[in-house]
Amino acid sequence: MSNLMSGAKMLLECLNREGVECIFGYPGGVTLPFYDALYDHPIRHVLVRHEQNAAFAASGYAKATGRVGVCCATSGPGATNLVTGLVDSLMDSVPVVALTGQVSTSLIGTDAFQEADTFGLTRSATKHNFMVKNLAELPQIIHEAFYLAASGRPGPVLVDVPKDVFIGRGHYQPVESIHLPGYKLMTDGHSGQIRRAAQMIWEAERPLVYAGGGIVLGNASPELRELVELADLPTVCTLMGLGGLPGSHPNFISMPGMHGSYAANMAMYNTDLIIGLGVRFDDRVTGRLSNFAPHARVIHVDIDPAEISKIRTADIPIVGDVKKVLARLNKALAEIKAEAEAAKRSARVAWWSQIREWKSEHPFAVPPASPEEIKPQQLMQEIDRISDGKAIVTSDVGQHQMWSAQFIRFDAPRLWVNSGGLGSMGYGLPSAIGAQFACPDKLVFAICGDGGFQMSLPELATIVNYGLPIKIVVMNNGYLGMVRQWQELFYNNRLSSVTLDTFPQVEMLAGAYGFKGRTVEKPGELASALAEAVADPGPYLLNVKVSPFENVYPMVPAGGAINEMVLGPPQPVPVGD
Amino acid sequence: MLQIISILMENKPGALMRVTGLFAQRNYNIESLTVARTLDPALSRMTIVADVDPKIRPQVIKQINKLVNVLQATDLTEAPSVARELVLLRIRATMESRTAILKEAEIFGARVVDSSVDGFALEVTGEPEKLDEFINVMASYGDIQVTRSGLIAVSLEMKKLKLAPPVATGVESNSGAAVIA
Repeated sequence: MSNLMSGAKMLLECLNREGVECIFGYPGGVTLPFYDALYDHPIRHVLVRHEQNAAFAASGYAKATGRVGVCCATSGPGATNLVTGLVDSLMDSVPVVALTGQVSTSLIGTDAFQEADTFGLTRSATKHNFMVKNLAELPQIIHEAFYLAASGRPGPVLVDVPKDVFIGRGHYQPVESIHLPGYKLMTDGHSGQIRRAAQMIWEAERPLVYAGGGIVLGNASPELRELVELADLPTVCTLMGLGGLPGSHPNFISMPGMHGSYAANMAMYNTDLIIGLGVRFDDRVTGRLSNFAPHARVIHVDIDPAEISKIRTADIPIVGDVKKVLARLNKALAEIKAEAEAAKRSARVAWWSQIREWKSEHPFAVPPASPEEIKPQQLMQEIDRISDGKAIVTSDVGQHQMWSAQFIRFDAPRLWVNSGGLGSMGYGLPSAIGAQFACPDKLVFAICGDGGFQMSLPELATIVNYGLPIKIVVMNNGYLGMVRQWQELFYNNRLSSVTLDTFPQVEMLAGAYGFKGRTVEKPGELASALAEAVADPGPYLLNVKVSPFENVYPMVPAGGAINEMVLGPPQPVPVGD
Repeated sequence: MLQIISILMENKPGALMRVTGLFAQRNYNIESLTVARTLDPALSRMTIVADVDPKIRPQVIKQINKLVNVLQATDLTEAPSVARELVLLRIRATMESRTAILKEAEIFGARVVDSSVDGFALEVTGEPEKLDEFINVMASYGDIQVTRSGLIAVSLEMKKLKLAPPVATGVESNSGAAVIA
């Protein structure tokens, strides 16, 4: 009987085989056997302070590395607390495996203590989910979960494990292969379509690459770069695609969309060929659909067939892994370059000069500096200066997120970690924990709003616990800034429940946790305070008070057309006589 | 407009929930749904009739095909196929109306599955429109109770079933997420 193994140990054995280094989690009643097995196991467990943050940390880890992030929670409240983080990963296609404990199989359905229908609750919060009904199927399911999370269009996968499955003992037989007959991946792309796409790219007069999160997820940055250089294509990167093409690359225009740049949106509106790569034509990018790129034909490459022609009908749909497809597309482009390039040369030159004109006409605007108030844009510019395109930056959702995306340059993929699709407040701090664990030698900024920071504040303990030198920068405007901006612009400035006038004294708050914190209010102190935070070997909490009423521009109002941006605040009308 | 979808899926716990959940989540309305095992007991065949804007019919099929447990989802709306529904109908019959009811039932090809002094239970299969007529006619004779099975359909085309091959487990299989240097 000596080679019998418990379910908990088998699970760890499977995680080991999948190369898992660390698990972000929180223990509880039914996961006791699992935590007992973890006690002397080399896989590291990171104890967070709330399960939601375990899911966010796993997402941050995955976004920063491309490896599967793992989080763990107990049954009932533990599992339900994971849900926001799972949906977040679903929306941003992040490879995450969530392990949850469940009450023993004999108790399922009896409304037992800490029982919740995790399987049912997370059906729509995951790419796929499993409940392990008996020990014999556990190893198989764990490997299936990792495969599903990481392959194709990545996403979160949850495995619900009843307590008796953890405790049960059986012979462990390593699983050599798995078979998911219905999970068909099309990765190569259709040869004919790729050839036609190459032709169409050379024929276009005003082509535009619209690169999204798929470039980052698919590790396709080198191929994207080759593409845009080969055909000298102007490129916009979505919020999730930032860093997919280096921010300092001459072909990079900017981010398009609701708070995208004037040049990026004008290019989107005027292009005659969209080359969509790993994008999903999100409403925050397209604005009013009937006015989105009305003159354009569309090449759409995505690994998820359901994304193609979901929002905008593609003229050339290509289902495939964007890395593989781009490699083949680049080859096809190069083959016909000599004969095809000349035909549209003058139109292309005119297109580029038009784009450069848009760029110089309306760059992302920084309001005039004041000696008294720090402008939020100024804060992001300072962080950009320190980062120099190399730091990992995480954020929540809202104004600080948009200004970060506008002003901080990312010269590589997997540096910009934010909650894009779901737009979860409180994402910045815990995702920074995951990213810092994944990349211990990198400088990590967690840029939070004063609202989002207070949603994930308990994780300060985790940061101290594990000695993570995260630089937390709270962009503190005393409001739920983005909601306030909308109330100002669209609800007659009736500021309803958006005032955050109580904020902890950060010196004391950080001090209470045993690290340094500081508040900065004067523009003159900003650079030195940031330098001091970065120079500090440990975590640092910087509370930066910024102008409370600054709005994010440009702005495409909800339902508006992409070329009809509000470029700035209404100019004060001079009082005449 | 009604869309007829045939789904071949693994007979796994929660598989039905995934399909119905998908419909609710994406705001597609289910008119009817039937499901039963196939010759291979590990698989189920489901027929769904849904009220779907014709423009998004391909999108519905793609979303269903994305479900891991689904082996194949096919749109039979305009494809060569046969579709049938079963109706079980109970009718209260008086001594005077009994013969007429039986005559009418015969016209529709209905079978008597129960007969009592109160009336009959009838069974009939056919295309849904035919069954609507049958129900209307029967209602004219007296109180009825109706249970409809929902549509089942079979494709008349031999489509080759494409399945994913097995894959090796372990760190290497996660190459979709290769670590960047």
